[in-house]
Amino acid sequence: MEAFVNHKGLVAPLDRSNVDTDQIIPKQFLKRIERTGFGEFAFFDWRYLEPGVLNPEFILNEDRFKNASILVSGSNFGSGSSREHAPWALLDYGFKVIIAPSFADIFRNNCFQNGILSIILDKKEVDYLMGMSLSSRNYQLNVDLENEVIYDDEEFKANFEIDPFRRESLLKGQDEIARTLTSDSYIDTYEKNRIKRW
Amino acid sequence: MNKTLFEKIWDSHVVEQIDDDLALIYIDLHLVHEVTSPQAFEGLRINSRKVRRPDLTVATIDHNVPTSDRFNIKDPISKQQIETLRKNCEDFKVPIYDIDNVNQGIVHVIGPELGLTQPGMTIVCGDSHTSTHGAFGALAFGIGTSEVEHVLATQTLLQKKPKTMSIEALGKLPFGVTPKDLILSIIGKIGVDGGTGHAIEFRGEAFEDMTMEGRMTVCNMTIEGGGRAGMIAPDEKTIEFVQGKRFTPKGTNLDKLIEIWKELKTDKDASFDTEVKIDCTSLEPHISWGTNPGQVIGVNSSIPDPNDYESPEKKSNAESALEYMGLEAGQKISDVKIDRVFIGSCTNGRLEDLRAAARIIDGKKVNKDVNAMVVPGSGIVKMLAEKEGLDKVFINSGFDWREAGCSMCLAMNPDKLSPQERCASTSNRNFEGRQGKDGRTHLVSPEMAAAAAIEGHFVDVRNWK
Repeated sequence: MEAFVNHKGLVAPLDRSNVDTDQIIPKQFLKRIERTGFGEFAFFDWRYLEPGVLNPEFILNEDRFKNASILVSGSNFGSGSSREHAPWALLDYGFKVIIAPSFADIFRNNCFQNGILSIILDKKEVDYLMGMSLSSRNYQLNVDLENEVIYDDEEFKANFEIDPFRRESLLKGQDEIARTLTSDSYIDTYEKNRIKRW
Repeated sequence: MNKTLFEKIWDSHVVEQIDDDLALIYIDLHLVHEVTSPQAFEGLRINSRKVRRPDLTVATIDHNVPTSDRFNIKDPISKQQIETLRKNCEDFKVPIYDIDNVNQGIVHVIGPELGLTQPGMTIVCGDSHTSTHGAFGALAFGIGTSEVEHVLATQTLLQKKPKTMSIEALGKLPFGVTPKDLILSIIGKIGVDGGTGHAIEFRGEAFEDMTMEGRMTVCNMTIEGGGRAGMIAPDEKTIEFVQGKRFTPKGTNLDKLIEIWKELKTDKDASFDTEVKIDCTSLEPHISWGTNPGQVIGVNSSIPDPNDYESPEKKSNAESALEYMGLEAGQKISDVKIDRVFIGSCTNGRLEDLRAAARIIDGKKVNKDVNAMVVPGSGIVKMLAEKEGLDKVFINSGFDWREAGCSMCLAMNPDKLSPQERCASTSNRNFEGRQGKDGRTHLVSPEMAAAAAIEGHFVDVRNWK
């Protein structure tokens, strides 16, 4: 996993709540056996009128959001299926940071595993960012994970919280399995007692 | 200290406490299917890692399987995904129930069927409906592919301890009202994110009265209310269901286990972070009208008017749902005509569900404008149903009788809706495009789906003759 360093990027709005993982990546694209190459299928049913033909009314298709790396959306983002193909698609599309008032649990865990930072802000703050990105041509945000703060180049500034362990893992780009394997003796001990218990 | 059922299972599985919230927990059973596992096995290969406990891992093929000609998979990418799982299971010595095995089926149907699912266990699978297994008093939840890899390599998982939530049903379910109606009404009440961050315990008479199949339907849909896991304390019914199954221990080992299982209930004075009470006594059969499982109404109600919602968010969600679903505010849901009926899935694809649907349609014909199908949840469900002659009942009525698989619940296989087709479905998600691009899904119980197949529109199954 790539380490998450401070990030500055263009913000794109997706003003909907309950954006589910079936929308982020429809099921017909779950058949690949790789982790890469899902970006072109992200938001497929909203993004394309038919395969290869972009839907001009879908907001992320607007030219000004083409290079966005920060997505702002409504509550319960990533609900539904556990498919990790959803964060893979978002990452491959170019999103490094997702901001919403709330996230579905499995999706958020999957984001941590892939170096995507999911930031929970108050609904008011999310609405403000949504408005700013809609009304400007090049609205950018700075994300400082180390200090858990997000700010624009004007007056907006908000603090956010990430579990300390997850934050460290993101900052270091740490392989979670490698870390757990250092706890091998704990697992061995647990397994010995487990046999006794059963 | 007084503990909830969840806390008892969690505490007994902590391998290492990382910080206040985060712990490394041990996984007793890891279920694997073809869609969310290939990248995990590949990760093991790249890092020269092994599967730590193939004996606690079980694989099957369900999402991609065609339900008619199952040995002739036309989609080359589906075929590759299935073959990849076969190879991975062979290379890593993981047992697999392949499509030529009678025990193949939807992963959440075969776990309990084989006795793999037992009270007090921690159970994970790269599938959000893993919550199903909580019906046995297990802590069961869905994980992503990276976490699948983590469990394969270490048999543990790093997890933040969820909060606890009690959903207590007051009173008994009225005549003709099913566990599916109850869980749909619960999601309607708490919302699709009402359970986020929580392990939910379902308590009260209505859940105690339910069969194990009914409890599985309820726990299965916990995730649709955002819950991390759903569970019901084991009782005599649970023990009766589990014993005698293929992988359930026998003799004195079982006796010892039963003693442990009997302790698996929330202590009298234990408290929950969140408590919800639901009055069951006036509950009606429920139908989803929108594009998330919280958008539900009783069978005798009308489609809601978006303007009646106070929250602008709910209003705009309702507007876009009505547009997608091709419905008008104020329209009676019972007047809505349907094109397709799907009976099956990990929510309602068990023998009891098929029996319930068969009772409704016995001797009647599927409406001429409706295409209806039944997909048993597993090879065993199919076999037992055929033994009872249920296949004949369905076929004589004009239903398609299919082979086991996930089928049209998520349309990763040939079974799918065409654009604008409207379906009465016993599955779990009515998201946009879930059953096929621009398809329109209404979630209902098997009884309601069966009655709608005969009439061509939704009817109150309580008045069925």
